[in-house]
Parts: sequence; C-alpha cells; structure tokens
Amino acid sequence: MAEVNWVALTIFGLLFGFITWLGFAAAHWRKGDLDLLHEWGLGGRRFGTVITWFLVGGDVYTAYTFIAIPALAFGAGAVAFFAVPYTIIIYPLMFLIFRRLWNVCSKHGYITAGAFVKGRFGNRWLALAVTITGIVATMPYIALQLVGLQVVIGALGISGSGLMADLPLFIAFVILAAFTYSSGLRAPASIAIVKDILIYITAIAAVIIIPYELGGFGKIFSAVPAQKLLLAAPGPHTTGSYSGYATLALGSALALFLYPHSLTGILSASSGRVIRRNAAMLPGYTFMLGLLALFGFFVIASGVDKLPEYAAGFKQFGNNFAVPALLLHSFPAWFAGVAFAAIGIGALVPAAIMSIAAANLYTRNIHREFINKTPTDKQESHVAKLTSLIVKVGALVFILFVPTQYAVQLQLLGGIWIIQTLPPVMLGAYTRWFNSWALLVGWAVGTFAGTWMAIAVKLTNTYPLHIGSYTIPGYSAVYSVILNLAVAAILTPVFNAMGTSKTRVDETVAADYHV
Amino acid sequence: MNATNATEKKRGGWSWWYLLFVLQFAVALWPPLYNRAEPYLFGIPFFYWFQLAWVIVSAVFTAIVYFAVEE
Repeated sequence: MAEVNWVALTIFGLLFGFITWLGFAAAHWRKGDLDLLHEWGLGGRRFGTVITWFLVGGDVYTAYTFIAIPALAFGAGAVAFFAVPYTIIIYPLMFLIFRRLWNVCSKHGYITAGAFVKGRFGNRWLALAVTITGIVATMPYIALQLVGLQVVIGALGISGSGLMADLPLFIAFVILAAFTYSSGLRAPASIAIVKDILIYITAIAAVIIIPYELGGFGKIFSAVPAQKLLLAAPGPHTTGSYSGYATLALGSALALFLYPHSLTGILSASSGRVIRRNAAMLPGYTFMLGLLALFGFFVIASGVDKLPEYAAGFKQFGNNFAVPALLLHSFPAWFAGVAFAAIGIGALVPAAIMSIAAANLYTRNIHREFINKTPTDKQESHVAKLTSLIVKVGALVFILFVPTQYAVQLQLLGGIWIIQTLPPVMLGAYTRWFNSWALLVGWAVGTFAGTWMAIAVKLTNTYPLHIGSYTIPGYSAVYSVILNLAVAAILTPVFNAMGTSKTRVDETVAADYHV
Repeated sequence: MNATNATEKKRGGWSWWYLLFVLQFAVALWPPLYNRAEPYLFGIPFFYWFQLAWVIVSAVFTAIVYFAVEE
C-alpha cells in the first residue's frame, strides 16, 4: 500500500485526462443554447436509445455499487445478491410508470419531480416537500460516489492523511465541477460511454480470468462458508431473511427512479419509446452487476484479504477494499489501472448527474417558486450552474471531514426518505384521486416513521415488524411508505369533506400521459 | 403486430401482456423459490445462476411486451 503503483497510476491519469477533454468537448455535442435550463440540465431532451442506455446505466450502476455490492457479498454473503432482483424489477416500473411521466413532463416542460407534482396537484408545499426530499436524499449519494473514488485512489498507492493524500480526490473533484458547469448533462452522457466500455471490459476479463486462476467456479464456491452461500432458512414464527431479501429488493427498486438523478436521466430521453426500449435493454447492466457481486466470493477464494500487502487497505477502507485488492492481485498493473479508471470515472458520471438533478430541483422548485418568480433564462441557468457547484463542494467537504460511515448511514436514510415521494410522483402519474394535503401529511408521517424504524435498528436496513407472535423482518422504506399511503388514503376523503379540495388545480389532462 | 388501431387511448390502457411483468416480479421477489444450492451449473449454486438467468428471461419478457403493445 505504501508504494505508489506508477504503472496503474499513469494509465489511470491518462484515462482521466481523456474524459476531462471529452467532458468539455461535450458542450458542442448536439449543440444547444446552454443558457437554457432544459439544455444545460436535460441535454435538450435529445438523447436517443443508445445514449439513454449509457446515461441511465451510468446513473444506476455507480462506482459505489461496484465497490459496495461485492464488498457486501464478501462480508455477508448471499444477501448481497438482492441487487439482482432489485435491478430486475425496476424495468417494468420504468416501462409503465416512467414512460407516462416522460410524456406528461415533456408536454408541460417539467424538468423535475417537484415540477410535476406542482402541476398535477397544484400544491406548492407538497411540491416543496418532494423537492427538499430529493435534494437531501441526493447529497449523501454524491458523497458515496466520492468514497468509491477514494478507495481506488487509495488502491493506487496514494494513502495516508493530509493534503497530499487528499490531492487526487480534490483534482478529480475540480475536473467534475468544471465540466459539469460548462457542459451540463451532455458531459456525463458522453463520459458514460467511455466509463461503461471500460467497466464491461473489466467485468468480462475478470469473470473469465479470475475463476480460471482460482481453479474454476466449483472451487470458488466451495471456499465460501456455508452460512454465506445461501440465505438463512427462516425459523418458526418468522419470515426471516426471505422477507428481508425481498423487501430490500422491492424498496430499493421503488426508491430508485424517485431519486432526482434517475428522473433526470429518464427525462433527457428524446421520446417515450426510447424509455420503453431501454427497459428491455438496461438489464444488460443488471447481468453485469450480478457477475460483479460474485467478485466478493472471488475475494474469499483468493484469500487476498489475508495477504500482508493489502492489510493496510482493508484497515483503512474495510470491506470496500475487497474489489481493488482482488484486481491488484489478479491483473498486471496496467490493467488494474484501466479497472480503477473505470471505477473512478464511474464515480464522476453519477456524481455529475446527481448534482445537475439537485440543481434543477433547487432552481425550478425553490428559487423560481419562492425567491425570484420571473427569472430570465440566463439567470435561471446561472442559478442552476452555481447550485451544482455548491452541492458538490458540500459533498467533498463531507467526505474529507466526516467519517465515511456517516455517509453510508445517511444514504440508507436517504433511501427511506426518497421513497416517501412515491404516492405523489408514481401514483400521481396514474391518478389525482389523492388530496394534496393528505399526501403531504402521509409524506411527513412516512418520513418520521421510517427514520424512527431505522434508528430503532441502529441504522441497519431491516426492521423486525411484529404481528402477534409472528415476526416479519423487512426494509424500513417499504414499511414506512405503506404507512404513508394508508395515511394519505384515509385523510383524502376527510380533507375533501373539509373543503380543501377546492384549491386543487390540475394542469395536466389524461391525454398528456400517453402521447 | 395486431390488427386494432393503436389509438392514443388504447396505448395508455391495460394490456394482458403486462401479466408477463407480474410473473417477472413474483419470481424475483419470492426467495424460497431459488434459495438452494442444487442443482449446480458450472460449479455455480442454483441461487446465483437462477437469478442471473432470470435477468435474461425478464429482459426477453420486457422486449415481448414492447413489441406487443408498441404498434
């Protein structure tokens, strides 16, 4: 660890140089007026099937995913594979619900979930709740991308503490901030193509070469301890790990496309048909993610966690160091450099999209709604660019000065918070039966209950719900959003009867949802 | 693909093809179905290769639905 791996670092640096150039050059790609917010923040809604595939892929399957899912497989075993059912079921949701949302958003020029909710329910406070939830849930997510970057920089041999150790992260951050500022969503869209090609090369090479080196899959899986190989069978009076696994997959899937950055990726598509096509094509990434999860078992079988040269890395980064250690151990230095660049660039793409999404939200739904109601186009895009900078500085400061564990825990809470916007956004795509104030109360109750559940189980995912003598462990996000929905459904007729429904205005009509 | 006119209203409504999505969900979210080691495939336990195979099946289902409802 103490030695800098110069070969890998050089390859890493060259690839970063290339994407830096690409990020700036992207401003001229499918040229639009970047002083217009939808040009800067949605790439002018001009991305076709292939670009959307790369963009949403870069959005969903982030650097942190590539580090954390194998790390979970390495540490906890079979449960890490929840990422596979999770990323299977997101695509029917995309196919059905987000195609509708794309239609209505494109028709009315909405660029965020908050704008849709405002238009649909005519309640600026509900829209504000959706907006703030989106921004707050996104912040720790950006921070986690920087954690992924930190791990690969550490694996290149730049470690320790102090200014020199943080310098590479700082440089990467400046690159990220600069090209996002100048090119908007076009930058991550073009860089995503490079990142995905590198990731696919790494994954395919690793999944062929490493099992060959280790003597085949049979040998690898026989090295995995029995309790990690499968989910523990539930005991009496409980659904045990089964309900935990299934609700984790379901809750993560429902939350995913509510995140502002996912919606940004989807809304930048050039048509609803592009989204439907992608629902059938994006599982290509899911398959790769499943293969990457198996890396956790490769680590167990190869025993790199017990080698002295990686001890410092595991000490500093914990299980997150599993994948970098495996790559360093199994590949020549130059290829490790390619793989680390793939992960590093894989951090910049979603971080850029997330900061753009947060900026869009702030600009359209807070600044324009509450501060400057009649901005010029130029003022508006300027506010968005500045906001994207502030959001990133926040994430960088967080990562440099706050223990990583807090970012992980906040991200977990972020998942619980963002799912509370499901009733107005996802159900709102189908119905406006709900009273907007009832939705707002449901959101508040769900947010509070979900946070309480997560704290009650010491910020882990699964809350043991007791029904009589029966225990159903499940993902707090799922339980809390069910409560949220129940509250909204019960209060809707009550509030309607009290007459608040008179204030409800819907800008959208049924035909807007299926153009 | 079918003879009926793909009017706007029709495309926004329910299609029986969506039942493929229900199947996709039900299998993916029912761990007792696949939480076992046997049978192995190329040394990979059932739990892992089945879920990976289900990714591909799901993608095919989605493609079928796409071609069935889009025109």
